[in-house]
Amino acid sequence: QLYFDCCYHSSTTERKLELMATEKKEVFDAEAGAAMMKELRSTFASGKTKTHQWRVTQLQSLLRLAEDHEKDIVDALRSDLAKPELESFVHEIAMMKASCKLALKELDHWMTSEKVKTSITTFPSSAEIVSEPLGVVLVISAWNYPFLLSLDPVIGAIAAGNAVVLKPSEIAATTSSLLAKYLGEYLDSSAIKVIEGAVPETSVLLEQKWDKIFYTGNGKVGRVVLAAAAKHLTPVVLELGGKSPVIVDSNINLKVATRRIIAGKWGGNNGQACVSPDYIITTKDYAPKLVDALKTELKNFYGDDQLNSKDLSRIVSSNHFARLIKLLDDDKVSGKVVHGGQRDESNLKIAPTILLDVPEDSLIMTEEIFGPLLPILTVDRVEDSYKIISSRSKPLAAYLFTNNKKLKEEFVRNVSAGGLVTNDTTLHLAVHTLPFGGVGESGMGAYHGKFSFDAFSHKKAVLHRSFAGDAPARYPPYTPGKLRFLKALLNGSILGLICALFGWSKA
Amino acid sequence: MVEQERSLAELRETFRSGRTRGIGWRKAQLRALLKLMDDNEDQIFNALQRDLGKHPVEAYRDEVGVVKKSANYSLSCIDKWMAPRQGRIPLLFFPVRGQVLPEPLGLVLIFSSWNFPISLSLDPLIGALSAGNTVVLKPSELASECSSFLAKTIPLYLDRKAVKVIEGGTDVAEHLLKQKWDKIFFTGSPRVGRIVMSAAAEHLTPVTLELGGKCPTILDSLSDSSDLKVAVKRIAGGKWGPCSGQACIGIDYVLVEHKFASTLIELLKKTIKRFYGENPKSLKNLCRIVNKHQFDRLRNILEDPAVAASIVHGGSLDEENLTIEPTILLDPPLDAEIMTEEIFGPLLPIITLSNIHESIEFINSRPKPLAIYAFTKDETFKKEILTETSSGSLTFNDVMIQFICDTLPFGGVGQSGFGRYHGKYSFDTFSHEKAVLERSFFLELESRYPPWNEFKMQFIRLAYSFDYFRLLLLFLGLKRRFT
Repeated sequence: QLYFDCCYHSSTTERKLELMATEKKEVFDAEAGAAMMKELRSTFASGKTKTHQWRVTQLQSLLRLAEDHEKDIVDALRSDLAKPELESFVHEIAMMKASCKLALKELDHWMTSEKVKTSITTFPSSAEIVSEPLGVVLVISAWNYPFLLSLDPVIGAIAAGNAVVLKPSEIAATTSSLLAKYLGEYLDSSAIKVIEGAVPETSVLLEQKWDKIFYTGNGKVGRVVLAAAAKHLTPVVLELGGKSPVIVDSNINLKVATRRIIAGKWGGNNGQACVSPDYIITTKDYAPKLVDALKTELKNFYGDDQLNSKDLSRIVSSNHFARLIKLLDDDKVSGKVVHGGQRDESNLKIAPTILLDVPEDSLIMTEEIFGPLLPILTVDRVEDSYKIISSRSKPLAAYLFTNNKKLKEEFVRNVSAGGLVTNDTTLHLAVHTLPFGGVGESGMGAYHGKFSFDAFSHKKAVLHRSFAGDAPARYPPYTPGKLRFLKALLNGSILGLICALFGWSKA
Repeated sequence: MVEQERSLAELRETFRSGRTRGIGWRKAQLRALLKLMDDNEDQIFNALQRDLGKHPVEAYRDEVGVVKKSANYSLSCIDKWMAPRQGRIPLLFFPVRGQVLPEPLGLVLIFSSWNFPISLSLDPLIGALSAGNTVVLKPSELASECSSFLAKTIPLYLDRKAVKVIEGGTDVAEHLLKQKWDKIFFTGSPRVGRIVMSAAAEHLTPVTLELGGKCPTILDSLSDSSDLKVAVKRIAGGKWGPCSGQACIGIDYVLVEHKFASTLIELLKKTIKRFYGENPKSLKNLCRIVNKHQFDRLRNILEDPAVAASIVHGGSLDEENLTIEPTILLDPPLDAEIMTEEIFGPLLPIITLSNIHESIEFINSRPKPLAIYAFTKDETFKKEILTETSSGSLTFNDVMIQFICDTLPFGGVGQSGFGRYHGKYSFDTFSHEKAVLERSFFLELESRYPPWNEFKMQFIRLAYSFDYFRLLLLFLGLKRRFT
């Protein structure tokens, strides 16, 4: 039975008719969960998902899905997040397609076993490392890039030959429905399933025994996922977040730096991104220049009425809106707003806002902001930034704008984060040859490119031996001569081996 | 416990000072460890003899030699391992430099097991030190002499403000698990593995779990009798050789066709006699069972009447000396504990099949083991085993030896664990691979920034396809519309 809900969005000048088709949903309870796992395990056991052919077919279908339904995806993202079309295309659809195309192009190479060298210790032998799928895996995605963060890991899981369950975020409800509908249409539903829902459904999922869980989201739920995985000894990848700092040195091309900061901050889902520049650290002297440059470029990008700019996403929900307002209205930061601060609760909008000289113990500096507020901390010397950063938990990303080679080297050496970028922001996640993941509080494991394939694979060590060359020294009865031989063998010493064979001890 | 917290604070301070990051420090620790092994070889042999009845040759082969090999290998490779890896970056991002830089995680905790108390403590330690971390090592209290030895000796050789050995039992382990670590490396049973991982979840600590499982051995028909003799020797060596069957990658059971069972049993009996002697009261070259608890567990397994009825060799137990004779069982019931739980002792079930190819289904219907061994010369069968079974590792025509091949990752999958080490994998397992992208201010792409327009949209579409030709045309104004 199908229901159709029609809603008109009157908050924007364009009226869009939205059709939300929802099937009368079966309750996804423990019984349903167990039945689903049984089906998926049976599919996996059949060996179908391991074949090159199946993986290629699924990936090609995913690509077609993105091409056929680009408009629907853009509409869904606009409905869920008021995401500007270009951001939807660049950050979600194009990235997903690129990921898919790369997997298709490289799959043969990735699936080939890796021959490795062996030494005299195991002579004669040959060895290789064989990639095999883990089995049945769970991907839980987030609401801020609901299309990309659902499908990018799924692409890795499929490329590696697994059966997959995707649990999209219910907070991005339209995209979640879209994924459920189209993945069901385009992909092999005996091996790839989408389970929609919220806490109850996620709990049922987390109770099952998975061969891998891939979670994108926050640290609090990350802990819940890891604890659930522990019960079944399930390995996990956690892509979390953190406060990604930006250190801004003086003597730089300020205009370019500012534009890149703005693109990374507000141009990425209006600050609601895991690698979003969270806060800036710069010197007291340079701060006024930086603030002016930011104001100028913000105006160039978003005009005078930045609160209502169509090129900015809105805040995803009233919960998050309230959370951000609380940060903004914290006593400790009153009087620190130097730009923006306007808000529109009915439309869930907050204007790009800059705060200058916020105290380190203010609310805005204690949690990941995940919104359009940019605090600037000032220090006497730019080198003082490191102490501020290292006193906090390791973020997913850290950025530095400088022309000073020594500062750059110090930054790369001293700052621990998932990834670092100098003289730009967020770009590293578009580079598939770099692993994308966190460390410490920002997560564990990595993906993108081949790292996605590896994340969902077991790398099996295979050693081929022959019956020839059987060293008696391995077996009892144990003698001093055998000991000498073993010492030489384990030391990889050919001379020692010869000596031992002749009964000489190599002193 | 206050003492423990103070120790940890000191270790964190050491890490913050940056001392452990320099290659000089790391190499010095590895060399010191080698010296520790050389200077104290006899003490180590004694401790292993007292804890497990382990013969010095076995002790060298499985413990001392392994540690020295790993330390030497790390010393020779560490420069290479520490170097950043250049990443090839697409032209679109020009000018740019991208690399992956390994860095230490910080303060790591290593739990080791009682069966190889020296190598399972020091091999991971080598990885942690090579990667530049500060370490707490918690050896198993069930191998108490080795635990004492490590606690006493490590501070004499290694940087005591960076490496600490904390001895104790469950209560000490529990307290350690409440702390915040940057990594936990655990070798042991799945049951305790769950406890460790649950504790780690509180702090989002990544873990490596080296667990166990029932490692099966497939014995195909071997027409050449000398090959068969070698295979049986290797099977015997792989069952009773490592700590009398108390080894995570030791052979748990053998799968063979009905018609070869008796030949196998006869050959095994001869081999056992040659290796260990005839008198069950004075077996040579064989470890004892680690303690009464494990001894009782194994005795209970054998006391199941259906299991006892399947014994075809051995079966005698010496409670005073905690030794159990190498025991062979033929087709014990598959639902008895001996076939549902990891044996971890000197009992070898032989399971017969009508066709050896059934072994694949047999193995697949059970949890994924740490290792699978297969003796066969049939290349097709080898391929089948390789593609249709899953295990931490797979070794053809030998047993255990994959453990000393440093180019192969050593770790489990499924219930046998996750994560891996040995060789460079040890270094990697204690490192964070940090992605670093370096850009310059030169060469700005306007299309990255709002306000958005159709040109920028077209640009970005082409950029994502890395379609440099059409991009060029777009710039030159030669192409207006694209499909």
